[in-house]
This record gives sequence, C-alpha cells and structure tokens, in this order.
Amino acid sequence: MRPKMSVQQSGADSATGPTDRGDVVLEVDDLRMHLHTRWGVTKAVDGVSFDLRAGETLGIVGESGSGKSMLALSLVRLTPEPASRFVGGRVVLNGQDLVSLSDKEMRRIRGKAISMILQDPQQSLNPVFTVGNQLEEAIRIHGGARTKDEVRARAVDALRDVHVPEPERRLGNYPHEMSGGMKQRVVGAMAMVYTPTVLIADEPTTALDVTIQAQYLRLLNELQRRTQVAMVVISHDFGVIAETCDQVAVMYAGRFVEHGPVAEVFDNPSHPYTKGLLDSHPRYVGRDERLRSIPGAPPELTDLPPGCRFRQRCELAVAECGVADPTPHRVSDEHTTWCRRAEELPWANR
Amino acid sequence: MTEHAAYERETPGPAAAPIAAVNIDGPVAGEVRTFRTRAFGALRTARRRMRRFPWLPVLLVVGLLIVPAVFADFLTPHDPLRGELGDRLRPPFWMDGGSMTYPLGTDKLGRDILTRLMFGARISLIVGTVTVLFGAVFGSALGMLAGYRGGLIDRLVTWLIDTFLSLPVVLLALVVVAAIGPSFGTIIAIISVTIWAIFARVIRGETLSIREKDYIARARVAGVGTPRIILRYILPNLANTLIVMATLQVGVVILGEASLSFIGAGIPRPNPSWGVMVSDGRDNVLTQWWLTLFPGMAILLVVMSLNLIGDWLRDYLDPKLRQQE
Repeated sequence: MRPKMSVQQSGADSATGPTDRGDVVLEVDDLRMHLHTRWGVTKAVDGVSFDLRAGETLGIVGESGSGKSMLALSLVRLTPEPASRFVGGRVVLNGQDLVSLSDKEMRRIRGKAISMILQDPQQSLNPVFTVGNQLEEAIRIHGGARTKDEVRARAVDALRDVHVPEPERRLGNYPHEMSGGMKQRVVGAMAMVYTPTVLIADEPTTALDVTIQAQYLRLLNELQRRTQVAMVVISHDFGVIAETCDQVAVMYAGRFVEHGPVAEVFDNPSHPYTKGLLDSHPRYVGRDERLRSIPGAPPELTDLPPGCRFRQRCELAVAECGVADPTPHRVSDEHTTWCRRAEELPWANR
Repeated sequence: MTEHAAYERETPGPAAAPIAAVNIDGPVAGEVRTFRTRAFGALRTARRRMRRFPWLPVLLVVGLLIVPAVFADFLTPHDPLRGELGDRLRPPFWMDGGSMTYPLGTDKLGRDILTRLMFGARISLIVGTVTVLFGAVFGSALGMLAGYRGGLIDRLVTWLIDTFLSLPVVLLALVVVAAIGPSFGTIIAIISVTIWAIFARVIRGETLSIREKDYIARARVAGVGTPRIILRYILPNLANTLIVMATLQVGVVILGEASLSFIGAGIPRPNPSWGVMVSDGRDNVLTQWWLTLFPGMAILLVVMSLNLIGDWLRDYLDPKLRQQE
C-alpha cells in the first residue's frame, strides 16, 4: 500500500472527509458542455466529475483537441458564445452551482472566487495600457479597494507577492517593455489579487522557455502553499504535472479516462491511453529507449458511437469495447480508470 | 511530495534538475545597455521617420483647407455671394484686364473667385469633418458591437452594412434632393448615411481579430463586463485604424461633396462649394478657364494631400513596419 499523497500543509485540521485533507471547495459533477456548430454538435466536455480540496492541485493532461481547455473554460463559464451549451451537470464552488448562475452573478465570481491564468503571456495584457493600470483595474473591479492610494498599495503588494523586482517602477511599464516571464508573473498577480478559492492555469508555462518555466511553476507552488488556493493545471506536459500536481486526470475526447494521485498514475498507468502518453514522453521513457507514438488522431467529437472512445487507436481493444461506454474501475481508493480491460493490462506491476 | 521525488529520480529531465535561483528578469547589467540602445534607437527611427513626414501635403491641407475655412471672413474684403456685375468675368491678375483687387479673377456674376474658394473650403471642411465624425462614431460603435457580440446582432449589422454599401450614392442623393430640396443638412445626411457603413465594416473585421486575443479572455476572467471591454480593450486597440481611415475618408467625402454639388444634388447655389464652382464655369472652360481651373485644382490638391497624409499615417502607426526600421 502506497502512502497517501501528502497535503503540503497541516493547516487543514478541520477534517471533513475520510482523510485529513482540506475541505472540498470545487465539486464538478457529470459536467457536459457541448458546442453547437454548423457542422454538428461537438461534445467537448462530456461527463466529467472530480472534487478538489483547498490547497490541492489537479492536473489535466491530454492531446490537443481532447477537451481540456474547454473544460477549463467551462469552469469559469467563458466557453465560446453562442455555440456552447451546458447540457448537464454541476460545477459547485463553495456550495454554489456556477452552471445555474446568471451571467451577471457569474461575473461577480470571476476574478474573485475563481480565477484563471492563460497560456500566452505575450497576449494576456492589453498592449495600450500600463501594467499598473490593468492590475489596478483588476483590483477595482470587485471594489476591494477604493481610494487611489489604497488601490496602488494593493497593486504593489500583488506584484511583490509574485516576486517582481522593483514593483513600484514596474507598474509604470507597458507590456512590451517586459519579458515573457515577467508578464506571466503579472498575469499571475492579477489572478491572485482576491486570493481566489480556485485558480485555473491553462498551459501556464507553454509559452515560456525552460528555465523560466521552472521558476514559474515554483512560484505557483509557493502561492498555493501561502494561500491554500485549489488549482486546476491544464497541460500536455507530464513534467509540468509532476512538478505541480497532487492529482492527475487524463482526458480523451471530452472525458476522463484515468484519474488518480500523480505518482500512482505515473507508476501504474491503468489505461492504454495514459500508457501511450507516458511512452511518448522523454522523461518517462529514459535516455536509451525510443519514444513511441500513439497511432492515429483523436476522433471527431461529433456523432461519437457508444463505447470506449480510444478503442480505434488502442492495441488492446476487444469487441466489447465498442458495445457500451466503459464504466469506472477502481485501481485503488483514489485511482480510477475507465478501461474495460484494466485487470489484464500487460504492463501492470501489481 | 515524496512521490514526486521518486518520479524525478527515475526520469531526469530539464525541469526536474535543480535550477539555480537566479532571477532572470531582475535588473541586471544588461538592462541598462538595452535601455540605452533602445533610447538611441528610438531617436534614430524618429529622425528617419520625420524624413518621410509628408511636409508638402500637410502644408497644402493647412494652407488650402484649414486656414481659409477658419479665417475666411478676415482674409478677404469681398462677399462670396454678392458680386459687382460691372466686374464680371475679370481674368486673374497677371493677365490683361486683371487686377490685384480680384487676384484669381471673377465669375459671371462678378464675384471674387479667391473669396469663393475660401468660403468653399469652409463648406468642404465642415462636410468632411461632420460626416466622417458621424460615420466614425456610429460606424465603429455598431462595428464593435457586431464584432464582439457576434450571433444575431452581427448578422443584423452585417446585413445593414451590405445594404448601405450597395446604395448608389448619386442616385440616392438625386432622389432625396428631388423630394425635399437641396440643403446643407441634406448633403451631410446623405453622405453620413453611406459613410458609416465603410467604417462599420472595417471596424467589425478588426474587432473580430482583437476579440480572440488572450487579453480579452483575461479581462473576462477577471470579471470585466462587456461595455468596459469594448471601451478599454477593443476601442484603444482600434485607434490607429480609425485615425488612418478617418483621414482617408475626409478626402473621399470632400470629393463626394464636390461631385454631388457638380451635378446639382449637393450644396444649393449660390453657396460657394468647390463642386458648384467647377460646374458653374464649365460652359466657359475654353475662354474663361479660371472659373473651373482654380476650384478644380483646390479639390485635386486637398484630396490628394489627404490621401498622402493617410498613407503616411498608416505606415507611421503600424507597429509591424515600426519594428522593421
């Protein structure tokens, strides 16, 4: 039996669940978000469920087009309009279902209780205003500080929290006067202004170079330790996930195919797709081995037949895989896979 | 994070390797250098760009359009509407029978051509600015709304734009003028109605591309509402486009007003519109050529200058071209 994933903080002493972890702050229950386009209905998010506790990080990995970004946008209700429809499920944040809120109510929650960092720092700031101007807007928008000095002071603090040197001077800079890493820090500062309950980071480091990436991930970890924010990190890079996350969910064609503690999923991948992703990652495979790729491409998300969505690309697929949707299979207490043949995977090390 | 450590040991990689805690973005020595080179570079490019500054067109627009339009009352002793019939059809001063009283000669009713040109400049300037202002404000408001909101609003606005752009302006003007008579207000209304669609179409397209930028998404994640996004995030990023378009459109409108006035569907006589003046003189073009040449030259020089200024502004404001310098 492996040890439980550690919570970094012992501050979670108000044990609510069976384990001594933080409270559940975000509960996603069978979320279904479909996109109605001219070419048909794309089931971008099709029955995703997970819980997230304070101070915990869930990583979501998958190929391009697996629906991970759409899942992230669904959580903040910023899916493309007017194509997107929430056809089912709930997103419960602090006991409140976000799916059923009006647009106005949702706007009050965005940036306050739930926040997001986007992929490209070069594009995340409005080029025509100074960084300070935009940071102060983010502070003012929810009325957290009123007087000019107060807003200014909070903006300086926010930059200091993300280790921007000389924050007072930096506030007067325009985005083009800053490096990518510095800009991404500013974006992080904006997202953390109100110490949200949940922070979503969609490929937060993809656009940064490798050394800055490591710094930024460390910054995210530090912010989390300090504020107990629950995070959802979207990435296609297992390295980033390993660095930041407690839990990982592997997404394929709008659904989770495997979900569990990071180390368990890495050590004991229990879905052929997870295994395929890991085998195509140089850090996992090792220096002397050849990287393998998964043949084929993800299916179109319109008009999907029943059954496992990975079966066309799966080496282990059998006839039953195409009969009905796979049911969750518990590998361990917290480790679930949606593979019919989970018991008979050839690489299993149990 | 013991589990992570185990994973990292098995699989060494760039992100797992310990990285010295250097602050790459800190104020290091290199920054001073970049600042200095940047300052010098800016100076150099500013000088280079000034060399391309369209001095002559700007001078022409100021001298032929703006100054006469504003100061016409002080610059001439003559009345643009009343002439001395005894002094009719006087040639310019350098010709036989010409005098400095009427430097560019007089027309059939003995009115001073230069005076009429100055007051004509006022009409051109007013028509040009009022219609372009209306077109820019109304057109970009609808364009931004359509581009940002999409859906039904977009389809409606696009349909409106297409409809208005397909209206034949001259025919429309003739019909309206035939129905309610020519006046200053009518011509402004007719041109405004057609010009907003040009702005709306371009602004809608630009908005469509700006809408997809991450900073819009970031603002929405922060809880910024639609009106604020349009005013603070979309409009400022459209400013360059709007300035260039407006400059070019003033030229187009002045030409349009002159054309409509020429065919009698514009500014009613006896007002001294440049188009009216060209039209009035065309019967005498072979004998009293100064009746048509001077207003014609005024139209040509002003419109061409505005186009050249617009072209220069487009290059000057384009960040991509700026980087190449």
